[in-house]
Amino acid sequence: MLLQQLVNGLTLGAIYSLIALGYTLVYGILMLINFAHSEVLMVGAFVGLGVQLFFPPSLTSGPLGLALVFTLAMAAAGALNVVVERLAYRPLRNISRLAPLISAIGVSIILQNAVFLWVSNQSQTFPDIMKMRSFQFAGADISSLQIVILFTALGLMAALHFFIQKTRVGKAMRACADDMEAAELMGIDTKRIVAVTFLVGGALGGAAGALNGMYYGSIKYNLGFLPGMKAFTAAVLGGIGNIQGAVLGGFILGLLEVAVAGYLPNGAEWKDVIAFVVLICVLLARPSGILGEKIGEKV
Amino acid sequence: MTTNPVKPLLEVKNVHAVYGRKIRALKGVSVELHAGEIVALIGNNGAGKTTMLKTISGILTPESGEVLYQGRRISGMEPHRIARLGIAHVPEGRHVFPRLTVMENLEMGAYCRKEASLLDEYRRIFDLFPLLGRRRAQLAGTLSGGEQQMLAMGRALMASPKLLMLDEPSMGLSPALVDKIFDIIRKINQLGTPIFLVEQNARKALQVASRGYVLETGNLALSGSASNLLHNKAVRHAYLGIAG
Ligand SMILES: Nc1ncnc2c1ncn2[C@@H]1O[C@H](COP(=O)(O)OP(=O)(O)O)[C@@H](O)[C@H]1O
Ligand SMILES: [Mg+2]
Repeated sequence: MLLQQLVNGLTLGAIYSLIALGYTLVYGILMLINFAHSEVLMVGAFVGLGVQLFFPPSLTSGPLGLALVFTLAMAAAGALNVVVERLAYRPLRNISRLAPLISAIGVSIILQNAVFLWVSNQSQTFPDIMKMRSFQFAGADISSLQIVILFTALGLMAALHFFIQKTRVGKAMRACADDMEAAELMGIDTKRIVAVTFLVGGALGGAAGALNGMYYGSIKYNLGFLPGMKAFTAAVLGGIGNIQGAVLGGFILGLLEVAVAGYLPNGAEWKDVIAFVVLICVLLARPSGILGEKIGEKV
Repeated sequence: MTTNPVKPLLEVKNVHAVYGRKIRALKGVSVELHAGEIVALIGNNGAGKTTMLKTISGILTPESGEVLYQGRRISGMEPHRIARLGIAHVPEGRHVFPRLTVMENLEMGAYCRKEASLLDEYRRIFDLFPLLGRRRAQLAGTLSGGEQQMLAMGRALMASPKLLMLDEPSMGLSPALVDKIFDIIRKINQLGTPIFLVEQNARKALQVASRGYVLETGNLALSGSASNLLHNKAVRHAYLGIAG
């Protein structure tokens, strides 16, 4: 039972972590909460579905199918995020801190309604990309789907870590997060680095959207909202702007949610509430999160 | 003022700069700097010295007037493009990247360089600032003020700039460190880099500089050779704290 909960919680947490990274990357560099991120992830899920409908089954099944679905979902979500930044945030950046935030909420509503009107207002089945099996292990029922989700997410996190820590552009992203003006004085095209940040954050969101579709087997125009809010909570819990914090917060929240559903009376009905209880508690007790520095200070 | 027949490296021509609508920080200032020189820009707090450097490096766009570099107009260009032309601006307050290591800060300084290996460049910086070599894995935010100043200067030099602009490099440093920083400034210049030096420490600045400008609330009050300024009565009275 415990192991089962642990695996379920880690699977869910992996998805939350990926989404939380998108919030935290953008916040880290612009101090903007990208409320449209939940819709970017939803669009990623729909592109993942579209790829499976559009390409022949031979291309969209097995490991090759997985790679194709993820590559395209990530590319589309990343590109969408870049476009959103360019059109809805950049023009407002020097006006006030509130303006882009409101714009973000607007973009979120627009994207949800666009999918609602032009794609579907109903749940769509998200087909199995791989044949799923389940393993019995120490009394727990672990599906190969959970393993795929966990390892895909961990792989993406490792790739992100390498990118941010070791590559020239990744270092420039950190430099911009530290001090945008100084970065510009180094000859760094900070507008481009901001775009790269939205690309990377959006791509991770797209991957999370596709994983979400695989996990629950169906997708809908409003699927981004709950995981988006929960992942945002996870990012705040870990310390928004802090990359390790986003991963930590995501896993904590996933495990907590599964524990609440599994162990509390009527827990399944309360599980969606727990994230917001956590959010309120964190904001009251430690607004800077577990690993975060003081909020409002960009140093 | 003597006119130099050779085209200046940097020409600031009748620049006006404003913050918002009301605050006129520069009211028609002209400055020039030639290859090989150290030129000092001195003045009291709020005189517009930082504004001048920001206008040159493109952080601010002048309201009117222009900035020419190597005979080419750079005012209005984005700061990263100006940086890529070879102007390195070490801002007031250092502005190192606190969560990057010393080594990563230096790497960012060389962001635009295309050479496959910058080993010689690092060696040059560590010769100039041995302390940075010993601290290369440390986060820049944990360095002391003086160490951060050295890092900010080393980082700017990593670009191998054709013009180095320093905004109050001695601010907040102990007297011993101030001497050290000015020694290094002299050394950097002797190695061939022209320097535009903004300072409140007028005496020290005029001692290393060949020429100087005095800025007073957005206007040039005086200019001339550094030795003339050092002996100028008004300068001695207002900026060197010598009565009479
Ligand atoms: N960001 C800003 N917004 C508004 N006014 C500013 C800003 N920066 C500087 N100023 C004003 O412009 C004038 C010149 O400032 P500055 O160039 O920083 O002087 P200095 O570097 O000589 O001390 C001062 O009156 C200062 O208050
Ligand atoms: Mg200043």
